[in-house]
Amino acid sequence: MNIDLKPTAGRVASADLPAEALREEVESAVVRFAGDSGDGIQLTGTRFTESTALAGNDFATFPDFPAEIRAPVGTTYGVSRFQINFGSRVIKTSGDAYDMLVALNPAALMVEFAGMKNGCVVIVDSGAFTDRNLRKAGFDANPLENGALDAYRTFAIDISKLTLDSVKEFGLSRAQSLRCKNLWTLGLVYWMYDRDRAPTIAWLKQKFAKRPAVAAANIAALNAGHAFGETAEMPAGTTGFTVAPAKIAPGLYRVVSGGEALAWGLIAAAHLSGLKLVFSSYPITPATELLHILAGLKHFGVVAFQAEDEIAAACAAIGASFAGGLGVTSSSGPGIALKSEAIGLAVSTELPLVVINSQRAGPSTGMPTKSEQSDLTQAIFGRNADSPVVVIAARSPSDCFEVAIDAVRIAVKYMTPVILLSDTYIANAAEPWLIPDIEALPRTPVAFRTDAEGFQPYLRDEATLARPWAVPGTPGLEHRVGGLEKDYDSGHISYDPANHQRMTAARQAKIAGIADDIPLQEVECGADRGSLAVVGWGSTYGPINRAVGNLVAEGLDVSHIHIRHLWPLPRNLGDLLGGFDQILVPEANAGQLLMLLRSEYLVPAEGLSNVTGAPFRIAEIEAAIRARLAA
Amino acid sequence: MNDVAPAPALSPKDFASDQEVRWCPGCGDYAVLKAMQKTLAEIGATTEKTVFVSGIGCAARLPYYIASYGFHSIHGRAPAIATGVKLANPELDVWVITGDGDGLSIGGNHLLHVLRRNVDLQILLFNNETYGLTKGQASPTSRVGTRSPSTPRGSIAGPVSAVAFALGAGARFVARSVDTAQAHLPAVLIRAHQHSGASFVEIFQNCIVYNDDVFADFTARDIAADAQVLVEHGQPLIFGKEKNRALRLDAGTLRIEAVTIGANGASKSDVLVHDETNLALATMLAAMKPPDLPVALGVLYCDPAPSYERSVMAQIDEATSRMPSRDLNGLLRQGHTWTVKA
Ligand code: SF4
Repeated sequence: MNIDLKPTAGRVASADLPAEALREEVESAVVRFAGDSGDGIQLTGTRFTESTALAGNDFATFPDFPAEIRAPVGTTYGVSRFQINFGSRVIKTSGDAYDMLVALNPAALMVEFAGMKNGCVVIVDSGAFTDRNLRKAGFDANPLENGALDAYRTFAIDISKLTLDSVKEFGLSRAQSLRCKNLWTLGLVYWMYDRDRAPTIAWLKQKFAKRPAVAAANIAALNAGHAFGETAEMPAGTTGFTVAPAKIAPGLYRVVSGGEALAWGLIAAAHLSGLKLVFSSYPITPATELLHILAGLKHFGVVAFQAEDEIAAACAAIGASFAGGLGVTSSSGPGIALKSEAIGLAVSTELPLVVINSQRAGPSTGMPTKSEQSDLTQAIFGRNADSPVVVIAARSPSDCFEVAIDAVRIAVKYMTPVILLSDTYIANAAEPWLIPDIEALPRTPVAFRTDAEGFQPYLRDEATLARPWAVPGTPGLEHRVGGLEKDYDSGHISYDPANHQRMTAARQAKIAGIADDIPLQEVECGADRGSLAVVGWGSTYGPINRAVGNLVAEGLDVSHIHIRHLWPLPRNLGDLLGGFDQILVPEANAGQLLMLLRSEYLVPAEGLSNVTGAPFRIAEIEAAIRARLAA
Repeated sequence: MNDVAPAPALSPKDFASDQEVRWCPGCGDYAVLKAMQKTLAEIGATTEKTVFVSGIGCAARLPYYIASYGFHSIHGRAPAIATGVKLANPELDVWVITGDGDGLSIGGNHLLHVLRRNVDLQILLFNNETYGLTKGQASPTSRVGTRSPSTPRGSIAGPVSAVAFALGAGARFVARSVDTAQAHLPAVLIRAHQHSGASFVEIFQNCIVYNDDVFADFTARDIAADAQVLVEHGQPLIFGKEKNRALRLDAGTLRIEAVTIGANGASKSDVLVHDETNLALATMLAAMKPPDLPVALGVLYCDPAPSYERSVMAQIDEATSRMPSRDLNGLLRQGHTWTVKA
């Protein structure tokens, strides 16, 4: 990413600002906050995000916290991080290398070295660079003194001491005072990016309404950090930056995380279909957030049930659907594995069920806080026998809203389980969202079967091949369902060989036919045919789209195809792929979509795997594209 | 006044489905099915509001034979499915049919939690001390030494007591009966149905093929009266052919003992009176077994508490009444928002 550094007369933040303090105008920037788990990094990031929204920039954020709940202080594995990419252009990822790093202790600097751009602005709390902390972080020598940071624009500031000075008057303990360090730093970063402090001050007042001294101290620290930048205590030549507002669609916006968008999407879907949402889940990282959000939305009539285990969570959702509710269950890969027998039951009983998988790195327990998209084949095939389901994937936090509504629509209309794939990245990341008007969304009211005339529980609708949804409580429609094979016509238990052949084919045909009820595959970026198609799904959307977009702008013959509907696949996908000489499939797994495309369409696709737990970098996708086009 | 004809009460055979019953001839399940259909008629159940949910096993086939709604699910999971049914529609009358393997082995966790949550279900556990459907392996209720295809030299692990498990899990209604007890069993099932919350009933069920007569030590016709005590709330715990045997608490050892009234200084005033709200007594009754003590049948424990799904709905009702307008657009616009101008 090339950033054009044009010195310009910046917006004047203060009338007293020396005339020579010109701000650099940048098109976009990646800022990374890092510190100990107890340093309030996530809060700092969230506040900076709010100020970014108010400055009219487009942005994407990604929090990255340690796996341990209370990791030991000062260790590299206890480092908590928050990254934001913002700009005056459309932002598609939370960013590759950082333009600015804020490291509140040596451990944070240690783990972030690899991610910094040349010339990166590095703000460190020199007060935290004690011998003890340096040793804990694994430094042999103090990087502030041995030239390790020479390639960067480093500001070693004793933030600890300056924070203590700024909050002296409020009578807090030393530990409490030091906890204001993040706000001091935020104040300085606000100055760096010419940001308004007022909304953060208002927020602090509200948050600490019951502890006015804490509020006042935090505000004082924020102001002190800002003043430090403004009053030229900064080294000479330090100018700060401006980022112009982005040109984004007009309307009302908010920040939304993947967890929120999913929860609201499910509630919206229940509302649009007229069903009672019964959400049933068991705690697991990173899917738990969804349970927390829905448990807090009882006033929307949501039943959020914390089951005794993953299996019970799936089964309760199935029971709810049997009784006419909208049964939804959620987990992450290991939990989905436990649910698979129950998902098979929903396939056999042909009941609506939405299964949300916030994928994480595996196998087994893997890396619970790290992202991966390695449950695709599990979703499509991971059950005993021929048990087809629908699989659909969200590409970004805000996309979860629409995908949740679509998943419910399909599950209910076709009486089938739908697996919705999200991942750790999507669940935790946040981005601005043009808030939709719920009342403008199409309503899809569900009509339960009530007519006893000619009713047979498994007799299919000719168009959709779905069986009728006849719920307990309806007179005249009493029937039994179960996991045993059913007779095609009567729905009674059947061991007849020809009938099993027919029912297996019918279940396959029902799912395959959904391809007629999803959009045709489009090309996201680039031409409809050509030298190279880069095909992706899920949260790799951002980096792939940016990489392809950059290279298309350079004139390279490359296109981006992003698949939302992974099973069944869009009708025209085979033809579309046939129009490209080469196909590249970047995935955060060892090649699962790759295998699917090769087996479905017999195309010579190649994979690009990244299972490091960190999102794809734009640069690595660009390099892979260039390598193929040069060959 | 309009002359509205009341819906004709259903008879036991109205609850028989059109499916051919396929248990082994002579299986105790037939008797339970009969008692079940009789119970449904007696309680004035309707076929449309009644739901039977089962797991896997011989017992789990029962829903197919009842003309109500039914869900024959997967092994051990019926309590979880049934919980979902009640969360979606608390008005339904839901019966869970399980067995010793289904409910206490593969589904033990679900049974534990459905009982502690107190979901308003009638849970009938058919205990035949064997895995019938898979051809007779030892089950979690099989007694030590049970010879079976999987334990040819006799089973080693001690059995779990279904009722002691239920009481330990926090069940508020625990009862026990026998498949062939065609007066006692329906009466127990009616009590289970009356109870709001999870009602747990263990039914000793004879598997004629793989474990015939395993309960004969207290169900054989000639000894039953002396080997069973039919407990009833407020009634002295008296049993025996001559109605002269009784249960007494030895205050020194805190153990129940069986005595003969009039012998060895045992008088009527010493006899324990059943109090079904007394958890300690229920726990002691649950543990009794022959030959020293009779098997306790009937309602061992009944101490109602609000059911889970009612409490869930009450929380939802309370939340909705505080925020009556379900304004989804408002939800999406809560918190910090900003406008981007054209
Ligand atoms: S195997 Fe036993 S329990 Fe099963 S149907 Fe036959 S007799 Fe009844």
